[in-house]
Amino acid sequence: MSLSGSLNVYEFEGGVHPPHSKKSTEASSIEVMPPPKTVVIPLQQHIGAPCKVCVKVKDEVKRGQVIGTAGGFVSAPVHSSISGKVKKVELRPHIAGGEVMAVVIESDGKDEAVDFNGVKDYKSLSPQKLREIVMKAGIVGMGGAAFPTHVKITPPPGEKCDVVILNGAECEPYLTSDHRVMVEHGDDIIAGLEILMQVLEAEKGIIGIEDNKPDAIKVLSELVEDKPSITVLPLKVKYPQGAELQLIKAALNREVGPGKLPIHEGVVVQNVGTAAAIFDAVKNGKPLYERVVTITGNSIAEPKNLLIRVGTSFKDVLEYCGGFYPPPGKIISGGPMMGTAIKNLEVSVIKATSGILCLSESFVDSDPYSNCIKCARCVDACPMFIVPSILGNTIEFMNYEKAEALHVMDCKECGCCTFVCPAKRPLVHWFKFAKAKIVAAKRKKKG
Amino acid sequence: MADNKENIPELIVSANPHIRHMDSVPRIMSDVLVALFPAFIAGIYFFGLRAFSVTLICVLGAVCGEALVQYLRKVPITINDGSAIVMGVLMAFCCPVTLPFWMAFLGSFLAIIIAKQAFGGLGNNPFNPAHIGRAFLLASWPVAMTTWVLVSKIATPLSYDLGGKARVMGLWWNPFWSMADIDKICTQSNLDAITGATPLAHIKSLVASGNMEAAFIFAKESLFGCFIGNVGGSIGETSALALLLGAVYLFSRGHISWRIPVPMITVVFVLTLLWTGSISIALFNLVAGGLMIGAFFMATDMVTTPVTGTGRIIFGAGCGLIIFCIRQFGAYPEGVCYSILLMNAATPIIDHYTLPAIFGAVKTNA
Repeated sequence: MSLSGSLNVYEFEGGVHPPHSKKSTEASSIEVMPPPKTVVIPLQQHIGAPCKVCVKVKDEVKRGQVIGTAGGFVSAPVHSSISGKVKKVELRPHIAGGEVMAVVIESDGKDEAVDFNGVKDYKSLSPQKLREIVMKAGIVGMGGAAFPTHVKITPPPGEKCDVVILNGAECEPYLTSDHRVMVEHGDDIIAGLEILMQVLEAEKGIIGIEDNKPDAIKVLSELVEDKPSITVLPLKVKYPQGAELQLIKAALNREVGPGKLPIHEGVVVQNVGTAAAIFDAVKNGKPLYERVVTITGNSIAEPKNLLIRVGTSFKDVLEYCGGFYPPPGKIISGGPMMGTAIKNLEVSVIKATSGILCLSESFVDSDPYSNCIKCARCVDACPMFIVPSILGNTIEFMNYEKAEALHVMDCKECGCCTFVCPAKRPLVHWFKFAKAKIVAAKRKKKG
Repeated sequence: MADNKENIPELIVSANPHIRHMDSVPRIMSDVLVALFPAFIAGIYFFGLRAFSVTLICVLGAVCGEALVQYLRKVPITINDGSAIVMGVLMAFCCPVTLPFWMAFLGSFLAIIIAKQAFGGLGNNPFNPAHIGRAFLLASWPVAMTTWVLVSKIATPLSYDLGGKARVMGLWWNPFWSMADIDKICTQSNLDAITGATPLAHIKSLVASGNMEAAFIFAKESLFGCFIGNVGGSIGETSALALLLGAVYLFSRGHISWRIPVPMITVVFVLTLLWTGSISIALFNLVAGGLMIGAFFMATDMVTTPVTGTGRIIFGAGCGLIIFCIRQFGAYPEGVCYSILLMNAATPIIDHYTLPAIFGAVKTNA
């Protein structure tokens, strides 16, 4: 296509340039981590209603077997990632903090799978049928948000999608899992994109990739050479280039307004890994029970890109990577800009875990924060055009009503403002706190 | 879990992001000091070692004032974040080299207490403390604050041979002289007074007397001197060249943006050009007086200026407009200090009315 090879013409305003820090894993091929002895599979791995458990203690399960059924439309089933016996169904610590119900399965060592019923000539399937397959395979957004994919590819009545964008920006520093999937499984991604276009009856597909991944751009550009409806679009390197709204702006110059969804502008965005998983589910009938995770950071002995079974504990993964050296100060699920710091290494890898980042204490910024000096770096950096400095000061004075008027609810928590703040103010922390306060106050008002 | 804790130290949990940009408040302040260094050297070169003493004393006054208030308030003493030092240096740079030491100390000491610490310290002050200090001194001791040494009368180390007879020998090397010493020297050696009007004041008097022709010629002839800094004026503001060097450094480090200085300088230039019709006078207005230090170091003071993009442009343009008005129609030859203080007062309202529409909102509302 004509656009291939040229950088995005449009650009989102704001954003920051954190160091990429991708060197240690960007060239290492995806390695398969052997299935662990025990997996702990949380029944809530997505945004929406938790799953209903459908196995009992002592049940024998096989790899790919459903162990939790969707708890509503905005929900996705979960599958066993190994074969073995259900030991317990109980509350276990979760990445997001707190505890959720989880199924504990002990491996029988055989790693037997259920029969996957793939559809070889999927091109003849109806959109409805394809959505059903995606739903049954438990596919959720694998970029980190974990929104159930079948919901995203069901446009609300009256809305029409004309462009599907695959997000291969991977703008988070350190992470390389999407990068490696693009280089090694480019054909799956393209096939997944074609399925998505088939489901949504979209005419055009775009794969957006930050141009610090020239090998991925090359591989995918070659694969789409004979596909006129698909474009590979190299993107300028700028965080958060991979944020949904900013990606749509950069690729199409369309702006999704507050309170709107991308579909209102005729766009659906999916992560490249999700596209590959969709292809696997449709063609091979394989549900989402494993994913590629980048294990990196300065305090892990052997940084790797690993294909990991869902439910494997962080501890097992980190041990497989040679343990810690030097000792970690912070372990993050996801990337350094938007990831979640975890307290307990017993938590499991879930469908949305794109990376495990281990930073030593010297990397962890623990300077006390000081007054806002109104330098306006956060104002220039905010890709949503919120004014974080004023908003932060408002929340510091606990004025949540004014915070809402200053659009705190539109904050995507991308972390740009906090990254650039020379006074080291924990702005994202305050915004999250204010959002929770506002939501709670509204709930109380309602009754 | 138990075995985890043996080999893994307590993990830190905090909200994202988990990495930070290396810039911090002390780093910004030290970069500003580095950027002010060329002007400091120029000030010492043209006015002698006394410029060094005045600057040092202003810094001392600011640091003492800040430490005293914080000690009395029993809050952490933040003098090592560098902001008090920057304030002291900027304050000194807006004062004449002849300023008595006690005034220099008192000015910056009171300015930091009244204009900065009284509001809660760094980040909370509505007005630029250095300019408050200058305004306070100018209102209290107008003569001392407007006694300008003529550079041509001071023998700098490099200018001994260039007609040293008409110059005051040894003054450059003396860091402690006072105006009484100068008067004595002048009487003894039959020299004319070594103080006089600044170029801006001189041109103002020429214009006031209706001698426009002379004003044009004076502006043209003194352009280069003003650019280099070889003229009478405050310690740090006379050398446009040195200040521009510092400004380039601040730009390159990302500490200032074009949004305030460019509109400010452009407005002064364009309005002066339109009003006087003389490109020499318009250029002269850029390099003479405090416009350069004001545009790049005072009006870009983060704390006292708007945060929104549009707001910063309005702020800069407003400063430019007020400077033009004061210089052309006001009683003072110079208006940079007051223009910035007046716009500082307007900062909260500018921010209030220039909050940007959030991403995508403009399109949906239209």
